Formats: sequence, structure tokens, C-alpha cells
Amino acid sequence: MARLPAPVSDLVAQFGPHLHREPAGGWNTRGEPDRIVPTHCCFCGQQCGIQLKVKDEKVVGFEPWEEFPFNKGKLCPKGVKRYMQDEHPDRLLTPLVRDETRGFQPIDWETALDRTAREIQRIQSAYGPDAFAVLTGASLTNEKAYLMGKFARVAVRTANIDYNGRLCMVSAAAASKKILGIDRSANPWSDIPQAKVILVAGANIAECAPITTDYLWQARENGAQLIVLDPRMTPIARTADVFIPVRPGGDIGIFYGMLHVMVQRGWINREFIAAHTTGWDAVEAIVERYTPDYAAGIAGVPASMIVRAAELWGPAETSFLLHARGIEHHSKGVENCMAAINLVVATGRIGREGCGYAMITGQGNGQGAREQGQKCDQLPGARDLENPSHREYIAGVWGVEESTIPHTGLSAVPLLEAIHGGRIKGLLLVCFNPAVSLPDGEFIREALGRLEFFAVIDFFMSETARYADLVLPGSLMEEDEGTTTNVEGRVIHHRQVVQPPDGARQDWRIICDLAKRLGAGDKFAYESTRDIFEELRVASKGGVADYAGITWERIDREMGVFWPCPSIDHPGTPRLYEGWRFGHPDGKAHFQPAEWRPAAEEPDADYPIVLTTGRVVSQYLSGTQTRRIGALVDQYPQPQCEIHPRLAGSLGIADGDFVRVESRRGAVVVRAQIVKTIRPDTVFVPYHWPLGRSANNCTNRAIDPVSKIPEFKICAVRVSKSSPPSDDLASLEPAAGGVR
Amino acid sequence: MSELAFFIDYSRCIGCQACVQACEECDTHRGRSLIHLETIERRDSVQTAPQVCMHCEDPICAQVCPADAIKQTAEGVVQSSLKPRCIGCSNCVLACPFGVPKYDADVDQMMKCDMCYDRTSTGRRPMCATVCPSGALAFTTIEEIMRTRQGRAVNDWQFGDQQVRTKVFVLVPTEATRVNLSVIPLSSLRRSRPAPDPYDVAALLEAD
Repeated sequence: MARLPAPVSDLVAQFGPHLHREPAGGWNTRGEPDRIVPTHCCFCGQQCGIQLKVKDEKVVGFEPWEEFPFNKGKLCPKGVKRYMQDEHPDRLLTPLVRDETRGFQPIDWETALDRTAREIQRIQSAYGPDAFAVLTGASLTNEKAYLMGKFARVAVRTANIDYNGRLCMVSAAAASKKILGIDRSANPWSDIPQAKVILVAGANIAECAPITTDYLWQARENGAQLIVLDPRMTPIARTADVFIPVRPGGDIGIFYGMLHVMVQRGWINREFIAAHTTGWDAVEAIVERYTPDYAAGIAGVPASMIVRAAELWGPAETSFLLHARGIEHHSKGVENCMAAINLVVATGRIGREGCGYAMITGQGNGQGAREQGQKCDQLPGARDLENPSHREYIAGVWGVEESTIPHTGLSAVPLLEAIHGGRIKGLLLVCFNPAVSLPDGEFIREALGRLEFFAVIDFFMSETARYADLVLPGSLMEEDEGTTTNVEGRVIHHRQVVQPPDGARQDWRIICDLAKRLGAGDKFAYESTRDIFEELRVASKGGVADYAGITWERIDREMGVFWPCPSIDHPGTPRLYEGWRFGHPDGKAHFQPAEWRPAAEEPDADYPIVLTTGRVVSQYLSGTQTRRIGALVDQYPQPQCEIHPRLAGSLGIADGDFVRVESRRGAVVVRAQIVKTIRPDTVFVPYHWPLGRSANNCTNRAIDPVSKIPEFKICAVRVSKSSPPSDDLASLEPAAGGVR
Repeated sequence: MSELAFFIDYSRCIGCQACVQACEECDTHRGRSLIHLETIERRDSVQTAPQVCMHCEDPICAQVCPADAIKQTAEGVVQSSLKPRCIGCSNCVLACPFGVPKYDADVDQMMKCDMCYDRTSTGRRPMCATVCPSGALAFTTIEEIMRTRQGRAVNDWQFGDQQVRTKVFVLVPTEATRVNLSVIPLSSLRRSRPAPDPYDVAALLEAD
């Protein structure tokens, strides 16, 4: 057990999660708000427009923003209740320093910042520059994501910076880049209702991207057929024309089986392939072996389902592919995505109205935060850290010698492994809760306990921040101004709605203050986040993710601008690949062959069941924000293990029983929810909860060799009936890991 | 163009509860959600169904109210009970064929959906129908519904012998002209062969 400065129950009593149930002033506050500010939801990559109501400089409620074209006023329950983060009793209002007897003690800002800078310098001079690491998040604005990348490379001068998008978008990003040449959804969402066939692979849209539901249903009103791949019958799958309850990790069987049938029946666009692609022959040679029967063996479904899916997809006039974490969270995540995208490119149905492809970004700024240079191998503008001309250009923007920019560092999981192994000694973390969100939770928490110095910037005391030596209270989205880039590649404007409360500071100011103490103040002399955006525009100019022509004023006027947008008079690019010009230098799409291979850990005699993990609609990621909002916690208070009645019967488990789900790495004890809507060889536990209630205690640290994404979607477990948990957490509120 | 009306398409519902959370934000009853989201049977299916007040033309809840506490606006919106009149007897709760009115012990009166009267009377759409991400709830014109949706919008209901016409429409297959909820004798079910369960994933995997 990793060290904490006080028992969990004491930390929870002091810092929460407590449930916030009423707006500022209470439910009965009457009267018109002083102002209503149009901005965006902070939860998830859909980035819905929403208006926040302000009275007496406090956010007191919301009003739908029907004019914003992406969601037209629609919201999910997280969006409706997002404003309950404001005026929250758990809000951190002073820097805190670890105190071995009392948990944490307040200290003043100057002391906290001085000490952080001193520790960075001490660790780097003792162990080398890369012994201090920076971990960041994909819920940060573009401005802050850009700032973090520059801060790590220019002020801290460490190679080791990565972000929690590593747990989210990287497989889709790598596959898209390899085949199509650009890491972005290829189409705006307005193309979805124009498609005649839609394939949804590994995306629980109803719960994880609820706003996309209406686009799908509108397509169906227009006559579209819907194919859904998921081990669980999700609300989207329930009425699908073809629902394929694929075995976790068997997706390539479906994609190649479909492609095999399409080759056999002549549903391949050979003219397009010859003119606009490379590499088809290698793919065709592989799929030849994937007869429906062979493919069905890999996918764990009847062959007839694969044939029916091919019969819908193959001859369609227009089509749209959507995929998400279900196929991406694998040690072959990139290969899964490439196999799916091959279905799009083989038909040539891309780059025009109603024809295309999109990855559904999960995190708030899942798209933008991966373009601004906070990935371990990347520079702003989605530039490559190892490309000499890219390095040279960014060095010029930053006003540093190219040689001083560190080279590729460690990605998130290996970075935590390096902390565990003692090679990284210090860490500054913002917007990331690895104690809950990374796989093999016990190992991760043990690593956090081994740091010589650990500083966290956050507005709440996350489960990760409990391990910190210093906690610096940061800002909510609505307390700062900036941009994010939504799931479509549309750059949007988050307005500042209120000031941070006394004692908290805007994240970017904290970073700039640290940079100054590290001797790089001249490189971080920003007056506002607008200054950062203006520099970001220059830094991205000429890159793949080109923001040079985007201004905050244009965003407001045009309800968002799609990148690439290289100049002020450029209209932006809602749809990529028009005219079949792809993102590679040769202008072609590059097919990528890959054989199916097993997961890092398949079920066996000792651990015979597959565990797959995911989200519920009322919680966001590691829950550090949403587990503090009473209405959202009430909706689904604690994790449950979904289990098919057939499997439950064979294990003697009844609905509502506690079950122990145990892998080679750890266990989680939760209640069983018996449902016919899941495969009988698979159980599902959502991952938003901490410690003894964390599904990630079981998951596997295996990562994809290219994208470095962890294999959250498959590990081997055994499941048994259990007595109610009696650990330290059990008596706490469910939001803190307790059980009811 | 005709006036705005309320439409429910149960088949679109994804059970996300955005409507439930948003209803609580309506100014006339802040902190108290009045829409119902029914989970049909989670063990068997993920199907859910939102239920707002249907606003009957001749409201049964008002008919059975011994205190004459339930009134309709000129636009046909059936309101919560009038506080000075409501005696909390729950006749309305028992009589409503849609299960909408609920007795609220905290305020000792019947509370129910009033179609966001405060919002619709000032040109805004009801909270639930504005936020619903699936379009299961919509507040728009009949022309817009006919232009964008398959099926037919109906507001005639048959509950056994009782006919009801409602202000709120539901979307049904095109061939239907009303919603007919007849009581089916159990004996007739026993004779029919059980159909394969289309929502049991294990059964799907065993299909040929």
C-alpha cells in the first residue's frame, strides 16, 4: 500500500468528495440573473454549447444555448449539472503542503511556488533533467495544453511530458494518421444524417457521447441502416439493424470478415483504390483468409452477422464509420482502428457529403489537447518532435536553440513505470487522476508514493493529489478564457464566466509563475490567455493542425472554425479529404495491413472470464469532478458488475449480490447487476470510482506498441460471490468508494 | 405554421436522464423533478421511456378530484394542484392512466409536469424537450415532425373502454391511428409459443 499522509477517511472528511446538491443561494433563489454567458460544457469531447447564469458574481444555473449548431441546446445530465461544480464546498482555496500528522496544511502561494521550483532544480541537478516529469490532461484548453508543452521543454527542460489523452485518443490518432495522413475526424457531424449506412464500432454513444444520438437517429429517420459492434447491447445497439455482440478484442475479425465478403461480391471501389491509395494488395492478401467462418471464430459471433453487416455496408451509396474506445483500448488498438478505416477507404466513401469517418473523442479537449505539443513525441501544430525542420520552426517561435528542445520522452504508462522503478523522482501533474484512471491501480498508487517530490495543480483534492507534497489550487473552465477543439475539429471559445474564488489561481498563471522561478520568465511573459493563443496560432502555422487563420472573434462570429485554417481569409475545413486529396505528401490514402493477434492477456483456466471497462452517462472519466455532484451520483451511485444471467447462475450469483472481480493484479468488490444485455463470457465494470471500488485494480498495463494506449478493454478475471466489503472505504459515501 | 406542440418518441430514448436532471432546473419547481423516466426491465433490456404529463383534453385527474384543485389553462395545460384546495387525497395519482401525478408529502399537495408553463408562456421550450439529446422529447410544430420523422404522431388513446385525447403527441408506426391499450387475458398468452428473446445477447450468439 502506497503511503498517504493521513487515513483515507480523514482526507475524505476534509476534502471530499462531498456531494453538492444546491446551486449558490439555494433552489429558492428567485429573480433574473445578472448575466447569461454562452460558453461550453467542460465534460467530454462533444463540447456542447451551454449558457451559464450568473448572479452576484456566482454561477447559479444554466440555460440551454439553442443557437449553437452542434448541439442546438441539447445536453446530457452531466451538462445539465455541470454548474454544480461552481461554489463547491470541496473547492481548494489555498496551496496545501503535506503534513505527516494531519494530512495537509495551508501554506502561502509564494512559499509553495518557491518550493516547487527549488525541488524541480534539486531533482534535476541530482538525477538529470529527465528525472523530473510533467503529466497533463486532455481537458485543458488549447492555450493551456500549448503552455504545458512549452513549459516542460523550455522551462523544466525535461523530455518526460505526456498527458492523459494517452488513455483516450492515441490509437485512433495513430491509425488515422497512418492511413489518411491527418489525425482528426474526417467529417463534420452534419454528414452523419446524410449517410445511408452507419457503422458504430466500440462506442457506447448513448452514455459517452449522448449528443451524437440525435445525429444517428436522424440518419435512421432518413432511412439509414445501423450496424453496431459492442460486447454489450447498449441503448444505441438495442434497435440496430445489425447488432454484433463481438468478443472483446475480436473486432478485426468483423472488419476483415466484412472486407472479405465485399471483395468476393465486388463491393470494392477498385478505380478509386488504383487512383488514390497505396498498399491495397497487402490488405487484400490478408483478408482473403478471413472467410466469414474464420472471421467469426476470431470475433466470437455467428458468421451470418458478419455477412449481413457486409451486405449492408458493401453496396451502400453513402456511409459513415464511427469508432471509440471499445476498439481503441487494446494492445492492438491501432491495428483495430486501421482495420476499421480500411472499410472506409476500400469503398472510396470519404471526402464528400454523407461519406466519411470519425473517431469520437472522449475528453473535454480530446482533439485540441493532442495537437498543441504536450504529447511526449510531439510539438505544437501536431508537429513531430523528431523532425528536424519541425524542431527548427518551433525553436524559432519559442526563441530557443533547437538543440535545447528535448527529444521524445516516455508516454504515460512507461512514465509511471519509471517512477515506480526510481528513474523519475519528481512530478508536476495537472488535470490528470492516474490513481483512478490508469490500469493496474495498486501499482500506479505505489508509484505515486515513491516520488521524492510531487506537486499537483487541481481545483479539487483528487485521489491522486492525496499523494502530493504540494497541492496548488487551480481554476475551473468557466474561471478562465480559452479555446478547445471539439470532436469534429471545430475550434470553439470558452468564455470566462466568473473569477476564480479567493485563494485559487488560474492554471496558466501558476505555470508562468513557476517558469519565472525556473529562469525562463522572458519566454512566459503572457498578459492573458489570448496572448498564448496568438503564439499558438504562429506555432501551428504550416503544421497539420493549422490554427493560423483562427481568431477568437472569428470563432464567436462563425460558431466555431474547423482546422486546418491557414489564413484569416480561409473558411476553415469542416470536411477533410474533399476531392480525395489525403494528408500524406503523395496525396494518397495508405492502406495498412495487420493480422489479428490475441490480447496481452486472454482468459484461461485460472482466470476464465473477460473483464471489460467503460463509462456510465452520469460520470466523467475518473470522477474527480462528477463524483462531487449530488444529482449525478444519485443517478448511478456506485459501480456495478454487469453479468449475464447464464454466467451468474453458473457462479451462484444473484442480482444485487456483492461479487469479487479478481485479476492477476488486483480485485474490485462491487454489486452484481444481472442483465441479458452482455455476452455471457464477459463482465463489465465502469471505472469512475477509486481504490477498492476501482475497476482499474484489475486492468492490465499492457500497451499498444505504436500508440502506447493501455489495454483497458480486455483482461482475464475470475468472478465470485463475496461478502460485503469491510475495507476502510466501505463505510464511506459511495462517491468516495463506499458501498450501499 | 401551426403552434408548437409536445412530442414523445419512446423508441429514441436512451435513458440518460438529462430530462430528469433538467426538469429540476425549471424555475417554478426548482429542486424538484416532475418528469418520470421509466426503466422497463433492466435485466431484460436497456429500453427506457420518459413520461411527461400528457395534458388530457378532459383530464381524468381533474374529473376525480373531490376538491376541484386541478385546473387547465386556456391553452389546455393541466396544472399541478392548487395549494389552497388540494387535500392530498391522491385520487388523481390513482386515476391517471399515464401514472403522472404524484403526491409530494414535503409540500402536502399533488405536483406534476405543467409543460414548463413559465418557459412556454415566455416563448421558450420546456426544459426536458430542449435538452433531450436523443430527440425522444421534442417541442416543435407538427409540420416539422412530419418533415423529419418516420411514423405518425397521434394523440388518441384507448384504455379499455375509456377514450382519451391528449395535448401531447406520441410517435407510433405509420399504420396506427391511435394507441390502443387493451387488457390481454393471460390465458391467451399461455397458448402462444414463447418467441426467442431479441434482447438476450446469449440467444443472439446462438443464432445461425
